[in-house]
Amino acid sequence: MVRSMFRFLFRRIALIVPTFIGVTFMAFLLIHLVPGDPIEARVGERGIAPERLAELRHEFGYDLPMWQQFFKYEVQIVKGDLGMSVVTQQSVWHEFITLFPATVELSIAAILFAMLIGLPMGVIAAVRRGSAFDYGLMGMSVTGASMPIFWWGLMMILIFSVTLGITPVSGRISDAFFVEPWSGFMLIDCYWSEDEGACSSAWSHMILPMIVLGTIPLAIIARMTRSSMLEVLNEDYVRTARAKGLSTPRVVIVHALRNALIPVVTVIGLSVSGLLGGAILTETIFSWPGVGHWLVESIARRDYPVLQGGSLLIAVLVIMVNLGVDLLYGFLNPRIRR
Amino acid sequence: MTNKAIASACAVALTAFLGTAQAKTLVYCSEGSPENFNPMINTTGTTFDANRPVYEQLLGFRYGSTEVEGKLAEKWDISADGQTFTFHLRHNVKWHSNKTFKPTRNFNADDVIFSFERQWKDANPYHKVSGGGYDYFSDMDMPKLLKSIDKVDDYTVRFVLNEPNAPFLADLAMDFATIQSKEYADALLKAGHPEMIDQDPIGTGPFEFVQYVKDATIRYKAFPAYYGSKAKVDTLVYSINKDPSVRVAKLKANECQIAFGPRPADVPGLKADKNVNVMAQAGLNIGYIGMNTKKKPFDDVRVRRAITMVIDQKAILDAVYQGSGQPAKNLIPPTMWSYNDKVPGYKIDIAGAKKLLAEAGYPDGFETDLWAMPVQRPYNPDARRIAELVQSDLAKVGVKAKIVSYEWGEYRKRAQAGEHQMAQLGWTGDNGDPDNFFVPLAACSSRNTAQWCDKSFDDLVVKAAKISSQAERAKLYEQAQVVMHDQAPFYFLAHSVVYLPMRSSVTGYKMSPFGAHRFDMLDVK
Repeated sequence: MVRSMFRFLFRRIALIVPTFIGVTFMAFLLIHLVPGDPIEARVGERGIAPERLAELRHEFGYDLPMWQQFFKYEVQIVKGDLGMSVVTQQSVWHEFITLFPATVELSIAAILFAMLIGLPMGVIAAVRRGSAFDYGLMGMSVTGASMPIFWWGLMMILIFSVTLGITPVSGRISDAFFVEPWSGFMLIDCYWSEDEGACSSAWSHMILPMIVLGTIPLAIIARMTRSSMLEVLNEDYVRTARAKGLSTPRVVIVHALRNALIPVVTVIGLSVSGLLGGAILTETIFSWPGVGHWLVESIARRDYPVLQGGSLLIAVLVIMVNLGVDLLYGFLNPRIRR
Repeated sequence: MTNKAIASACAVALTAFLGTAQAKTLVYCSEGSPENFNPMINTTGTTFDANRPVYEQLLGFRYGSTEVEGKLAEKWDISADGQTFTFHLRHNVKWHSNKTFKPTRNFNADDVIFSFERQWKDANPYHKVSGGGYDYFSDMDMPKLLKSIDKVDDYTVRFVLNEPNAPFLADLAMDFATIQSKEYADALLKAGHPEMIDQDPIGTGPFEFVQYVKDATIRYKAFPAYYGSKAKVDTLVYSINKDPSVRVAKLKANECQIAFGPRPADVPGLKADKNVNVMAQAGLNIGYIGMNTKKKPFDDVRVRRAITMVIDQKAILDAVYQGSGQPAKNLIPPTMWSYNDKVPGYKIDIAGAKKLLAEAGYPDGFETDLWAMPVQRPYNPDARRIAELVQSDLAKVGVKAKIVSYEWGEYRKRAQAGEHQMAQLGWTGDNGDPDNFFVPLAACSSRNTAQWCDKSFDDLVVKAAKISSQAERAKLYEQAQVVMHDQAPFYFLAHSVVYLPMRSSVTGYKMSPFGAHRFDMLDVK
């Protein structure tokens, strides 16, 4: 058992190396395929003398052949150095670690929102199969899963913030509050703020972005829970439980839901990488200072080190999450370890 | 509890309440994050705006105007030959402080020398710090212009130039000519963190820097020891929001009191809101189409003149600028001194244009490209739409224009290299001096979009830069505008109007002709 587990672990970790090289290569190549470079991006209408352009290109090493630039970049990464942002002159790692908690906080809130609403809805729809609620939920989940985040976000702002005035428009906290970013998680740091009301402001700022980012996972979780529950509800052991005279809530929650959750948990695990993609858009709409917003800004500025380093760190994160899911799966289901 | 204790408790509570009630905060919805906190090493308006509360220069622009006034320099003398500028510095100017730095002395000549040498001399220990690119310093020709900068005494600094240069004073009022603290620089160098000078700024301005949360907010507080009029708000916050619709939504919800650049389409809705005031000002800018005088058929002045006779400027202003543009006929905007209003505006004359084209050997017209920027610029809201309108106008005289576009960086590079026949581009002024338009956009030394080099025009603008009398300079620039109109290397589209919406509770705000934002003189009711 332990040996096979280790072999499985070794195989999975060995696969990370080519994935890692592939990701760095793709990040490098795609960014370099886009016309322009960081130096041209910062030159305005004034233009730049060709000699000065050549001098700056040389200084940053952009005049080297692509393969040499890539090689230099790989060597630098192996040494653990992600480089400095061309624009801010700050280390990429420092910028990432400053902004990452905001993205994590939003993603956790979104996935919790999706689970807390999606799971009960899926269960009710399965239990009341064919009812108006079931049809309504399925219709809504198709709409939710295909919702364009950008449009959805702006609509939410327009309705709840501008027209009704019940939620803030954007940001993580009202600008009137002064919060020192100790942990980077606003919902934690706000408790140390001397300004009264900082935390209620932070929570109210979380509502709309959480709903917008959580909508797609919610729809997927609700659908997955419904179909998984429907399958389980027809199993013999559920029929046996009913025959034993157990109450419906007990049959559904204790006997059926526990077994139906296994595929749902997998879907939730896979949603993590999807959430990072969605976070890029959600952060842009709500001016949420996270890594998604940071990467979008860097594209316009052709900030190569940030784009390369940022994509790499996110890819590493997704690889780690997938590895964790695989290991957990291998642990739960011994058949896939072979 | 005794009556006395109750009274004391009430007094404390009342004081605390009044204290809170009186603390004024102004939130400005800005459009982007600053690159860092040093205007010397940046070129974007966003970064200049973020630095303006903190830093000052020797000279500045009078609030809401292009007129140069003393800031850290109280007065100055210019030698008869126009090459030596002696600045008499202000006394008792205090530096800000932060957690790691408490200044032990006031601002003096050492700070001025340090700030210019950092940009100018390779040997300065800070020259390479934070990337060491001083684009504006180079673009304003400072390395070529400066001969020496000397400290005469603690409060007198002498700049000697290699040749007379009238725009020099206006240049020194620009953001790149910021003064940093030498004492702070030395302390950071000793501590081994010189780069912090550009991240945690220490200046002499009306606000002290408090905190920057990347991509979210920049926070400042009023500087109580400021030598000039104290800021009327206690806390100033820049709330960073890239999306113009979000900025407008925040303004309407009173989450910010002033919002940067709304889209023209949002302006009518803002004007209809009784809680919002929309300020507008003719921008110090120009949008134009450059006709490549080095390429056929635009090497012939008759062809260029013919083109100016067929483009319907009013249709462009109505359809694209939607009320946010002024018709242009000169390179400089009408608000700038030396503007020549006697230059006739464009008049549509299809028959006249056909005649000119026939004389030039193109009776049936010709084929040309017509470049359109892929991005919205302050002087041009939609270059593609303009190109389509111009394309249909040109078709009236048989000219078939093919619309071309590239990625923005690529576009500028190719247009400035002269790969096009007709290309749109534009400019926003830096310092209010006409030289800042004529030289970079049309002189022989520039990479101008028309690839135009006219000796008579060039002589006029080069001569004007060397004279110190504004009246004499104005005459030369007026003549230059006549030459330009006559030679028609550009078709001038418009000077766009810049809007700044703010809550009606904001009083005393004046818009800057440069599009700069300053919050030390306003108040919030």
